[in-house]
Amino acid sequence: MRKLLVLFFLAVIMVVMVATVVEMPTIGDPANVTNNEVPRRYVEDSLRETGALNVIASILTDYRAFDTLGEATVLFVAIAAVLSNLKAH
Amino acid sequence: MEDIIVRYVSRFILPFVQLYGLYIVLHGHLSPGGGFSGGAIIGASMILYALSFNLAEGSKKLSHDVSSILESTGALIFAGMGLISILLGANFLANGAAGFPLGTPGNLFSGGSIAIITFGVGIKVASTMATLFYSLIEEEHSHEHH
Repeated sequence: MRKLLVLFFLAVIMVVMVATVVEMPTIGDPANVTNNEVPRRYVEDSLRETGALNVIASILTDYRAFDTLGEATVLFVAIAAVLSNLKAH
Repeated sequence: MEDIIVRYVSRFILPFVQLYGLYIVLHGHLSPGGGFSGGAIIGASMILYALSFNLAEGSKKLSHDVSSILESTGALIFAGMGLISILLGANFLANGAAGFPLGTPGNLFSGGSIAIITFGVGIKVASTMATLFYSLIEEEHSHEHH
């Protein structure tokens, strides 16, 4: 009974995932909804606006610097937690 | 671990690994890479040092006091650049809008605050990797002794 239930739920999850993959837009299609004004602005204006040749660096540390600050905070909290745990023993 | 081949090879390649990591951090705004990847390479070089030589020597190179100072310095550089942007009259972490000199694209001194923030992230990631490794290994050693 329990195995049947597990198989049933696995089948449901599989149907949902396959349906999602089928509905996904093709990679590199210019008509994708993600190909909007945001990446166009990064590609066309980032050199003028940030002066950095590396577009990824200009996105990470200029346009989305707040997100990267969060990443650095995650690192900081992680090492603080590990060290305080290890020191407590 | 005491192996003469590992020790000699790592003594030979360690300076190049660290120089390469420093290059990736400092050229984060010019070439592929940046603070996270370059810092990971520098941290891996410190881990390689501790693995090929003995651990006591490795921890001597990066004591807990130094590593905690490096951690905080990296985070403070990042957040401090954001606060400087506010002081200059723009948004938090603004770059060109805050009036940082953007320079000629392609030069080492270009990109305004990007290079400084990348350097801070590089310091932080390198010391995080090395500190995590050293403290976990030390924990293992102290368990063996008890």
